[in-house]
Amino acid sequence: MKLRNILILLVALILIYGILIAVAELPPYGNPDNPAYNQVAQRYINQPIEDTGVPNMVTAIVLDYRAYDTMFETIVLFTAALAVVITLKSSEKGGGDQ
Amino acid sequence: MRDYILKRMAAVILGFISMYGFYVILHGHISPGGSFAGGIIVGLSFIAFSTIYGIQDGSAKLPEKILVWVESYGTLWYGLMGLVGIVKGAPFLANKLAGVDLGTPGTLSSGGLISLIGLGVGIRVASTMVTLFFTLMEEEA
Amino acid sequence: MHFIAVDYWIMVLSLILMAASLAMYFIKDLIHAVIVYGAYTVTMALVWLLMNTPDLAITEAAAGICTTVLMMVAIFRTSRKEE
Repeated sequence: MKLRNILILLVALILIYGILIAVAELPPYGNPDNPAYNQVAQRYINQPIEDTGVPNMVTAIVLDYRAYDTMFETIVLFTAALAVVITLKSSEKGGGDQ
Repeated sequence: MRDYILKRMAAVILGFISMYGFYVILHGHISPGGSFAGGIIVGLSFIAFSTIYGIQDGSAKLPEKILVWVESYGTLWYGLMGLVGIVKGAPFLANKLAGVDLGTPGTLSSGGLISLIGLGVGIRVASTMVTLFFTLMEEEA
Repeated sequence: MHFIAVDYWIMVLSLILMAASLAMYFIKDLIHAVIVYGAYTVTMALVWLLMNTPDLAITEAAAGICTTVLMMVAIFRTSRKEE
């Protein structure tokens, strides 16, 4: 038991060290020169009103530029509700599966 | 919970909470918020109602048939809105390319299909939350 | 690397977030852990608000309370104490 705890501590320390090195390499928060702000983000920030007629950038991205993502996100929600209903309602009818 | 004060306060407040949820859904394209947050607020008002007044009254307010109907056809509504683009000769889920009138930016009727899609998404998120709550609670009887 | 006043508030709130996360792990009574989770969500909504994202703040507040309610119902259906 002791050896197992020591091994877990060792693995956790190694992983924390690696993640801290990776975090130290990240660009500063909110810097406009970050590599994430490429021409796609420039376009989404600069002309959502010309493209979609919506001043709220988040809604413009979620429901117009990335409408496919939102569509399958709603399907994921639908599947989750369906799974809960199937799992919890089936025993009530007495289907005789058990 | 069978508290008199709680029931009277809920009778006053919950309608406004539900109305605020619909406000957040319908104004999702011109103010912070959006269809997901608004739908969850609408669902939370019904969850609070059935917590305070008992699960029987809550189920009487929103029968299971209506919940299943809204949940299924709300998902289909998104696909139908996407088919508008195909009918107009543009890609699936196209808004400006399909030639929909975008209106004046900043007004409630602007955005073309966005507000219609947002209304469908908000209503079906609300029905999902209420369905999860009712399904988890009703088994207890 | 310079800090502005908002960053200090985010640091304080991050400490609260860490304390809440650790508390959720160590608390054995699950209902108390879910209450701490509710405090965690409200703090997270404040952090989103300080980062100038009101959309995420509203969604986090609403969805956090809703998942708290659903977790509470799930605990009532199963057992309250963690084994």
